[in-house]
Amino acid sequence: MLPLKEKDKPVVQKLLSAGCCARCVLRFCCVSVQAAYRKPHQETLKELQAFIGNTENGKSQDSVAADSTEENNKSHDATVPEPADEPADDPPSKRAKLELSGTEAPSEEDAAEEKLTEEPSVCVVCLGILQELCGTTQAVKIAEKVKAEKYEFETLVLSVSLPAQLCVREHSCWLHVKKELREKSMAVDKDDVVQVKEAFKWVLQGLVAKEIGGVAVVARSLFEISVGFTHKETDADCHFLATTCADCFRPTKNKQSVFTRMAVVKALEKISDTKFLTHYACPPAKPTSSCSSQDVQCLHQCVFVAGRYNKYSRSLPQTPWVIDGERRMESSVEELIAESVLSSFRSEGFNFSSSGREDVDVRTLGTGRPFAMELLNPHRSNLSRAEMKLLQETINNSSDKIKVRDLQIVSREAMGKMKEGEEDKTKSYTALIWTLKPIQSEDIAFMDDIKDLTLDQKTPLRVLHRRALAVRPRVVHSMKTRFLDSHHFYLEMKTQAGTYIKEFVHGDFGRTKPNLCELLKTDTDILELDVESVDVDWPPSIPE
Amino acid sequence: MDCLEQKDTEATAPSVIDRYYTRWYRADMKGNPCEDHCILQHSNRLCVITLAETHPILQDGRSIKSINYQISDGCSRLNNKVSGKSKRGGQFVTDFAPLCRITCTDETEYTIYSCIRGRLLEVNESILKTPSLLLKKPFTDGYIAVILPKFEESKTITENLLSREEFESIVSKRSVAESQPS
Ligand SMILES: [Zn+2]
Repeated sequence: MLPLKEKDKPVVQKLLSAGCCARCVLRFCCVSVQAAYRKPHQETLKELQAFIGNTENGKSQDSVAADSTEENNKSHDATVPEPADEPADDPPSKRAKLELSGTEAPSEEDAAEEKLTEEPSVCVVCLGILQELCGTTQAVKIAEKVKAEKYEFETLVLSVSLPAQLCVREHSCWLHVKKELREKSMAVDKDDVVQVKEAFKWVLQGLVAKEIGGVAVVARSLFEISVGFTHKETDADCHFLATTCADCFRPTKNKQSVFTRMAVVKALEKISDTKFLTHYACPPAKPTSSCSSQDVQCLHQCVFVAGRYNKYSRSLPQTPWVIDGERRMESSVEELIAESVLSSFRSEGFNFSSSGREDVDVRTLGTGRPFAMELLNPHRSNLSRAEMKLLQETINNSSDKIKVRDLQIVSREAMGKMKEGEEDKTKSYTALIWTLKPIQSEDIAFMDDIKDLTLDQKTPLRVLHRRALAVRPRVVHSMKTRFLDSHHFYLEMKTQAGTYIKEFVHGDFGRTKPNLCELLKTDTDILELDVESVDVDWPPSIPE
Repeated sequence: MDCLEQKDTEATAPSVIDRYYTRWYRADMKGNPCEDHCILQHSNRLCVITLAETHPILQDGRSIKSINYQISDGCSRLNNKVSGKSKRGGQFVTDFAPLCRITCTDETEYTIYSCIRGRLLEVNESILKTPSLLLKKPFTDGYIAVILPKFEESKTITENLLSREEFESIVSKRSVAESQPS
C-alpha cells in the first residue's frame, strides 16, 4: 500500500498534473519507505492515480478538517516517514482493498489519467532518472560491465552523478507544491524531500546485487561503480543563475563548465523565490527526451603491497632510467617486481617507493631494502597469505637479478612507517677500494679503530644539478678493513643513512671531508659497492 | 723515467674523472700563450673549471703566492651564494668572465676565466687555505669553480671548446715549434 495519508492528496494531485513521475511524487511526499520506490514505477503511478481518483469528492472538506487538527500534530507528522522505513511489508489485505477500490469504481477522471499514462511521458523533475533509467536494463548494464572487467569483490558502493539542472527543476517543483506541503505540515522543508540520488540508489542497489549475485551493495566499500547521466536538451536550465548570482560561477581551470552541481546548489540557496519564478517556469517545462546514461565506471580503491628486495646486478637501476627521452638499461627493480604483482592483482598501474635507493651499479644484499607499491584500480584485491607467497615465488623465479621477501598486503597508513625516521637509521655497506700507493694490511688496519667519524659532505657534484647545495654532517659509525692485495682492500662500513659512500671514498674534488684519500694519504677510488643492510624494521618479516 | 712510470700507473688506474666526466679545453686563453683551461663536464651537465696541465702556473716549479677571488672592486666570487634546488642567487657568468687571479711567487699573475656560460654554483675555498693543492692536485681538489650551464644550453656550450684530441694536437705542435731553432 502507498505510505500516504489523506492530506497528501492535494500534493499528489498537483505533482501528477505537473508531469512528475510516480517516484518523484513519493519523494515530494517525503516517503522514505525504500520498498515503496522499488515497486515498478508504472504500477505505483496507477496506485497514485487511484489514490487521488477515488476520493476526489469531498476533498476540500477533508483537508479543512485535517488542517484544524494538524497544528498540534505537525512535529509528529514530519517524522512519519522515518520509522516507516522498516515495516516495508504492508498487510496484504489493505493493499488488495486499495487496488480493488481503485479498479472497481473508475471515475471519469480516472479514465482520463489512464489514457495519459499510455504515452510514456518523461518526468519533468528527474528527466527519466527514476523511470526507465533505474530499472533492470540499467542493472544488467552495470553487471555486464563488472563481469566483463572480471572484478572480484564482496561489497560495492553505487555512486551516481546527475546533471546539474536537476537541482533547478527540483527547486521549481518544490516551489510549485510548497504551499500544499506546508498545509500538510508546517515543519516540512526542502531538505525533507527525498533526493533523486537516494531514491535512485534504493531502487537500483537491489537490482544490481541481484544481477551480479553474491555481493552486498553497501554505503561504504572499496569497490565503487559510478553511473552518470547527461541531458543536453535542458542544459540551458541553469544559465539564468549566472546572471542572478555571478559570484557562484567563477571559471576554474580544470572544470569544463562553470555550472557544476555545487555551484548551482549554492546559487539556488541564495536566490529569492520571487526572483526564481520570474526566470524559470514553475512547474518545470516538459522535456521531450529522458537523460542519456554515460559509460559505467568501475574503480577499486588502491591496494598496498610491501616487502624487501635484493638487487644482485650492477647494471640494473631501481626505476626506469631515461636520459633525454631515451631509455638506458633494459629493465629496473620496480619493473621486475611489478610485472607479476600487477598481473596477480590485475591492477592498472602502480607507484613504487622504497626506503632510500641504490645507484645502478650498487648491489643490495642481506635482508634487502624495504619497498612498497600502491596498486591502482586492482581488479582483484584479497589475496590470501598462500597466494602472496606464491606471487613472491613467481617474482623470484622470473629473474636472477632481484629477489623479494616478506611480500605482504599492508594498509595505506602502515606505508608511513617505511619513511619515518629514515634519516636516523643506519645502513651497512661493503666497498671494494683501490689505492694509488701500494699498501700492506698494516697500513689500513688503523681504520678498524675509528668510531663515529663525522664527515662534512657537500652535496655531491653528481646530484648537485637537482639538489640544493649544502654541507651536511654525516656519521660513519664504524669501519672494518679486509686486505686484498697491494692496491685493493674491502672496506665494511656502518653509517648514518644519507651518507654518500662513493664521495667519502674518492673525496669528490675534496668536497667531502675528511675522505678516504686524506685518511690513507693517497688517492683512493671505489670499484664496487654493496648495501649489506637497511636497518628499517618494516614491513614485518614473514617466516619462510 | 720515473715520471713515465707514474703516468703508466695512473693511466691504468680507475679515475673518477674518466668515469663520469668529459674533458674539454680552451687553449691560449684570451691570446695569452699556453694559458690553457680545462672544463670537466659531468654527465649531469654540470662543469668543473680547472687549470689544464700545460698552464704556466703548473710549469717550471712555480709556487703560489696568493689566490684572489675578488675580481674587481665591486665583485668577489666568494660572495656567490646559491639556494634551493633551482640555485637562486648564483652569479651568471659568460664565456670570459674572470673567476680569480693567481699570483705566483715570481710575481707573475694569471687570470682564470669561466670558459662557459652558466650559473656559478661554488668556488673552491680550499685552495685559499692550501694554495699548494692547486699544484699537487690541479684537476681534482685544486679545482677553481663549479658552473651549471642552462639545461637547454648543456649541449651547445661545448661547441666552442676543444676536445681532448684537438687540444693534444695543439699542444704537440707547440712543442715542435719550441724545439725548432728560430
Ligand atoms: Zn521523476
